Amino acid sequence: MTTRIVELRRGILKKNDELAAGLRNRFNSAGVLVLNLVSSPGTGKTALLERTLRELRARGAQAAALVGDLETDNDARRLAASGAPVRQINTHGICHLDAEMITKHLEGWEGVSLAGLNYLFIENVGNLVCPSSYDLGERIRVVLLSVTEGEDKPLKYPGLFNSADAAVITKIDIAGPCGFDRELALRNINEIRPGIRIFETSAKTGAGINEWLTYLEEPGGG
Amino acid sequence: MHELSIAASIVDSVTESASAYPGARVKEVRLRVGALASVIEDSLQFCWGLATEDTPLAGAALVINMLPVIVHCDGCGADTEIAGVQSFRCPRCGELAADLRQGRELEIESIELEEPDTALPDPVEEQV
Repeated sequence: MTTRIVELRRGILKKNDELAAGLRNRFNSAGVLVLNLVSSPGTGKTALLERTLRELRARGAQAAALVGDLETDNDARRLAASGAPVRQINTHGICHLDAEMITKHLEGWEGVSLAGLNYLFIENVGNLVCPSSYDLGERIRVVLLSVTEGEDKPLKYPGLFNSADAAVITKIDIAGPCGFDRELALRNINEIRPGIRIFETSAKTGAGINEWLTYLEEPGGG
Repeated sequence: MHELSIAASIVDSVTESASAYPGARVKEVRLRVGALASVIEDSLQFCWGLATEDTPLAGAALVINMLPVIVHCDGCGADTEIAGVQSFRCPRCGELAADLRQGRELEIESIELEEPDTALPDPVEEQV
């Protein structure tokens, strides 16, 4: 027997990366700003999105959302109340969204054309590990951290926090009762992702929402 | 949690590459995995056994080369390896460093094939 070494130097997620690059081209030509929202379950991705969709529509912007969950269309139904087009992606056990799921769910989406949208939000499956490896073609990856979760989340999940372009601290209306150490949380986020834009919000009271919306409206999108 | 789908992607990719060498058996698959790739080595090894079962890769070893994070410092211009992934600061000058030069890799570096001595055929052209 003879042995032979074959150099491959090939990305393991090459197929996903290629699909994501194709999506990114489509999004750019359509002029739609695409955001991928990632966090642990229960951080408040859906609550932030509900408020964001409502406010953007009130400002005359066209926004739509794709929502990933293992099961149920509860989140899609919640978000649809904003009047924005919403489509549920059920992953049936898969712990993250991938570019193929996005491609598939953009097809045959009644009443939605990318060219007619200003914003497309992708709410990922609640998970702070796996979504970090899967590019969805988004322009902005937003990581959310709620005041109930502990200030050291960025240190525990550096892979995801380091891959984000913006961070949103949620539920700040209950920061006091939770004993949330704001300075420590901000410092931890900045240690893992130096220079990242950070927003402090409450979807319930509306605190910080204007700053967040202004960011979304910045020329070039965020 | 997503290591099984990573393992399955490796199996697909390597099976395709190895098909260019008829009669060869894949003995070893070598990966380069960055410290920020969100892949747990033990978990991937466990899933490797499951993913290769009943495939031409059954029995092939998986060698995972974990790569530390290297940051580029805008302050002093150096590219330096950092210890761990808890603080992204230049070890030389202590400045925060957002520019990563290594650490997100998730790639198949090479495969080792075992081929019968009698025939050492040239690789069949890969179908694109």
